[in-house]
Amino acid sequence: MSENLTSALPNAEFAGFVALREAGLQGMITLRGDLGSKALSKALSEATGCALPAQRKITTKGDHALAWMSPDELLILCPHDKAPKLVVTLSKALSGEFATLANVSDARAVFQISGPGWRDALAKISPVDFSTLAPGDLRRTRAAQVAAAILVDGPEEVRVICFRSVAQYMFDLLKTATAPGSEPMLYR
Amino acid sequence: MLLLTCPCCGVTAEETEFAPGGEAHLKRFGPGSADEDYESYMFNRKNPRGVHFERWRHAYGCGKWFLAARDTITLEVFGTYPAQTTEPPAEIVEKIKDRRPDWEGYA
Amino acid sequence: MSHRLAQGGRLIDRSTPREFTFNGKHMSGFAGDTLAASLLANDQTLLGRSFKYHRPRGVVAAGAEEPNALVGLGKGDRFEPNQRATTTELFDGLVAESQNHWPSLDFDVLALNNLVPQFLTAGFYYKTFLQPRAFWKHVYEPIIRRSAGLGKAPSEKARDPDRYEQIYGFCDVLVIGGGIAGLQAALTAAQAGARVALWEQTAHWGGRAPVDDVEIDGKPADDWIKATVETLDSMENVQLRLRCMGVGVHDHGYVLGYERLTDHTPDSDAPRHRLWRMRAGQIITATGAIERPLSFAGNDVPGVMLASAMRDYVVNYAVAPGRDVVVVTNNDDAYRTAIALRKAGIGVLAVVDARAEATGALPEAAREQGIRVLTGKGIRKVKGGKRVTGVEICRIDSKGTAHTEVFSCDAVAMSGGWSPVVHLWSHCGGKLTWDEAGSYFRPDPDRPPLGHDGKGFVRICGAADGEMGGVLVNAHDAGKNAAEAAGFKSKSKKPAQDSVTPEAPMEPVWMMPRKAEYDLRMKMWLDFQNDVKVSDVQLAAREGYQSVEHTKRYTTLGMATDQGKLSNINGLAILSDALGQPIPATGTTTFRPPYTPISIGAIAGEARGPIFQPLRRSPLHDWHAANGADWEPVGQWRRPYTYRRAGETRDQAVNREVKNARENVALLDASTLGKILVAGPDAGRFMDMLYTNMMSSLKPGKCRYGLMCNENGFLMDDGVVARIDEQSFLVHTTSGGADHVHGWMEDWLQCEWWDWKVHTVNLTEQFAQIAVVGPKARALLDRLGGMDLSPEALPFMEWCEGQLGSFDARVFRISFSGELSFEIAVPASQGRAFWDRLMQEGADMGIMPYGTEALHILRAEKGFIMIGDETDGTVIPQDLGLNWAISKKKEDFLGKRGMEREAMTDPLRWKLVGLETLDGSVLPHGALAVRPGKNANGQTITEGRVTSTYYSATLGRGIAMGLVERGPERTGEELVFAGEGDKRIKTRIVDPVIYDKEGAKQNV
Repeated sequence: MSENLTSALPNAEFAGFVALREAGLQGMITLRGDLGSKALSKALSEATGCALPAQRKITTKGDHALAWMSPDELLILCPHDKAPKLVVTLSKALSGEFATLANVSDARAVFQISGPGWRDALAKISPVDFSTLAPGDLRRTRAAQVAAAILVDGPEEVRVICFRSVAQYMFDLLKTATAPGSEPMLYR
Repeated sequence: MLLLTCPCCGVTAEETEFAPGGEAHLKRFGPGSADEDYESYMFNRKNPRGVHFERWRHAYGCGKWFLAARDTITLEVFGTYPAQTTEPPAEIVEKIKDRRPDWEGYA
Repeated sequence: MSHRLAQGGRLIDRSTPREFTFNGKHMSGFAGDTLAASLLANDQTLLGRSFKYHRPRGVVAAGAEEPNALVGLGKGDRFEPNQRATTTELFDGLVAESQNHWPSLDFDVLALNNLVPQFLTAGFYYKTFLQPRAFWKHVYEPIIRRSAGLGKAPSEKARDPDRYEQIYGFCDVLVIGGGIAGLQAALTAAQAGARVALWEQTAHWGGRAPVDDVEIDGKPADDWIKATVETLDSMENVQLRLRCMGVGVHDHGYVLGYERLTDHTPDSDAPRHRLWRMRAGQIITATGAIERPLSFAGNDVPGVMLASAMRDYVVNYAVAPGRDVVVVTNNDDAYRTAIALRKAGIGVLAVVDARAEATGALPEAAREQGIRVLTGKGIRKVKGGKRVTGVEICRIDSKGTAHTEVFSCDAVAMSGGWSPVVHLWSHCGGKLTWDEAGSYFRPDPDRPPLGHDGKGFVRICGAADGEMGGVLVNAHDAGKNAAEAAGFKSKSKKPAQDSVTPEAPMEPVWMMPRKAEYDLRMKMWLDFQNDVKVSDVQLAAREGYQSVEHTKRYTTLGMATDQGKLSNINGLAILSDALGQPIPATGTTTFRPPYTPISIGAIAGEARGPIFQPLRRSPLHDWHAANGADWEPVGQWRRPYTYRRAGETRDQAVNREVKNARENVALLDASTLGKILVAGPDAGRFMDMLYTNMMSSLKPGKCRYGLMCNENGFLMDDGVVARIDEQSFLVHTTSGGADHVHGWMEDWLQCEWWDWKVHTVNLTEQFAQIAVVGPKARALLDRLGGMDLSPEALPFMEWCEGQLGSFDARVFRISFSGELSFEIAVPASQGRAFWDRLMQEGADMGIMPYGTEALHILRAEKGFIMIGDETDGTVIPQDLGLNWAISKKKEDFLGKRGMEREAMTDPLRWKLVGLETLDGSVLPHGALAVRPGKNANGQTITEGRVTSTYYSATLGRGIAMGLVERGPERTGEELVFAGEGDKRIKTRIVDPVIYDKEGAKQNV
């Protein structure tokens, strides 16, 4: 099916002291397995073009990316419509391995934050020292009362990923945190 | 509020990223075990004043369980280490002995 | 009278007037004023009534320590009680009102409490109102409620319109306090390269130094302050925050800060308050010191002020607290006030010094200015009621029976010495040591609070460290040491040199005169805010109170909103004297955060309104909202309880939904059900441990209902497991249990069976899951086409996947309603379109959605249990007649050992039965079955309870399930349940399966 697909919060956006928008449908695959396995990194490299990321890092190639989630888990990012096929491809390539793949594209919501004040915005909801994060970093943490993964895409671009069911909460939370007039001027 | 370092993902974070899991290194007693063993596994906890080994999960982070050696009075954290062990590793024990010469050791 | 001076005022801007009202009276002040300063400038010295005696009270202090000048601020939705006038910056349109008076500030009926102060001595609540008991509610309590207390709570209808937020900060060195010590400490640490944050609770840098005539490198302190702030502000590694108070120091360098962003500019669109959740490597508290009052009779009359506060009002705000002032002291510092007043043209009638002689530089300077100095004397009592009219002087070592001299004056400046602000040092376990020379507790540098590494993480400098002069060197060292402890090499040069006129030693005076008789002692206030007097503490000691913590609670000394900032040491000294022991032997009470009260808004932060808590929404949430859903919370999910149509009650809607599911076709949004993938070579082995029944034998393509228990053997969760392939299972959990079960699985895999090859992935939110239920369910799905869902192709308790219509579907033939039922999972992004399609295709079949209440009734009619209804954490599967789901073949599973305990096989355990009221009514929720007689404690004997109870539209009467002693073996017996009051409801024990016991309806 390719029509009438809905992301968690279609077209949600807000102009605060940073720009905020829901990023739409994003292909996501959970891969659990031995990240030290050569077969695994080879299969990933062939299927996505991305090198295996180091701890808490993201590697990117074109519209594919690999994000380090835990010592035995990666999140594979790809175009939404490519995810089912990529699961099949990788499952075949890893058939001899103890590895588990699952398409989780629809289980999550992705928000894009753009602007120099992203650290100031996120500092209000996450107990993280954002001066330690640079492009290519990933940090899983708490955003107020829900779990979140923060992907630093560029100096002024980050994505925040949360569970789909709390997309509205996350959007409202980010709106509140980035409301004009509330710039904390913490990271400068 | 504690600061803990997750040995699984390397993040040092505040307590609110973690979920506590009680005493570490419990031995499970299953079907057929003696009542005393089962009771001790289920209900009897050391709850010491001082050196303590406990379970934590990086619930809002990498999701992994790990273990921490901590002083329950001063809240000093001697170290954190992977959950896949049945007793405190030697280097943690050394560290504790260094900081607490009177400690009776892990039993 | 108090008034504004024609000249001066270092913090005010006379070109910018500010209008405000106090008790409806229009007044004006200047930009830069505090509310207290401008009230004094308007000769408003009477600001409120005291807590117990309703005595008139005025401003005592000039800062956060103020106990008296509490006002109600703002109106309506913005009204806030108990705001300190001394820390409220004046703005145009400010509205303030006085508190705790009845009927008016000037005339207070309850001030008659004041005429019989014996009546309200220490512990009076405990002693006075014991009998008769019935009087409590109707006589004593209303009187006490009217009489005692401070400001009124805002209206229950008020809704705070302001915004609040919290923020997480990180730094190497946090300096709390922006006086010259704090500035120097921050500068030194910052120059070493540390990331530094510096907080100052007031709106100004520099603290007291400019008021106290401190010179730095030979120039006025203001010059150095300005230059240093500019330097710090230009450094990238420094964060400066004014109006930001250190609230509390907590474990491992966690510090809360209270930033008041717009209290002084209420029309701004910025958040009002911001709570800092700072994690600091090292903390330096440079919080200064607070002057102590002296205990003499009438020391609470409006017009009696701390000497330093009076100096602040004169120098900072050009406000004279009176025309003729008497200064009373036991130290040299108060002479600075005398000199400052004289310099401003205010009459200083005398400095009354308790010491036998006063020969230091400051007393000499005062004498040079023509100020009269009386030594060996004290104030016998203050004259006047609503304001000071004079003071009587007596010899300090006397009983105070006679006065030696009388002054007519309208203000009194008092100084009993200084106490370092050690609160933040102490919050997290820093210990104190008694400083004999200064008569105060100071931080013991050898016993600091300990951090995560077992090392001290708090340092202290300046007046907070007991340094009353030459603080910059001390502060520089603190900054250097903190930076080095945080891993930076200090490379800064020597600090500037600060100098003040040296002071001769003070001499402690805890009571004035020293041998004062009772009639004077009962008018000497220790704790102004809670109305605790010298005589109260002495009484407590006589009644046997020895521990300072007990005395505090008995007398309420230090328990008001100011937490004893002024009263603490004086009270300890009186108690120690009464107990005949030195002050350090008495010790202090515990210092607890917050340093001063902070707003509830700041504590709540952003968590209010729609983001008070995360509400989880299914992919179909918007449809439900648009179609009349009444919501029910299920964990954090919001699920439709029922969908009401116009004119329907909730019950009518539920009954309609139940009937429709039994007769036509109905849809349930089951997306919230937990869905966890368990995969790997050892998945079967792991599943056998998780579930009480055998799961490894399940064939791919098949479904099986299973039970999960905890290690106690108590039922934890249930659901249908589908075997996907040889190495993987899809586990369905309850809606509320998904996260818990997933965590439970990971716990066992990571911490117990870490060598087993099993992965879990929580797929709960990947799918929208819709139950298509009812006799016409298959016909409806056939209209979509694409999959063969015939009984032959997809028998009961099997699943298959394919394209259903255009949707990527996994179809499970399972039933929680007893009807023909298909649960269909599609990716969440397709969920809404799939639901819409079903509603559209089924329109002519009478399709309707149903909510959780209909779901419950449908399952209860079938006798299906619900986790959380039939279970409560103490129920084992056997209690529910689920023995069939407990494997006897398996050697082990989680909970098996727990079930082996004797109590679990007790024949008297309460077991699941169906219940039928004899009159067809619906049993109350949770009702208890009772039998005649009483137990040993005289309580009614119970023998069961209702776990689920509903009106069944299918059967037209009430149905229920319950846990009953011996349960099913009593089927057919009558059982009596207790209703409201004495009501008794007769029921009969029946089979819990009331509807279609053979399963004919679901197996079609």
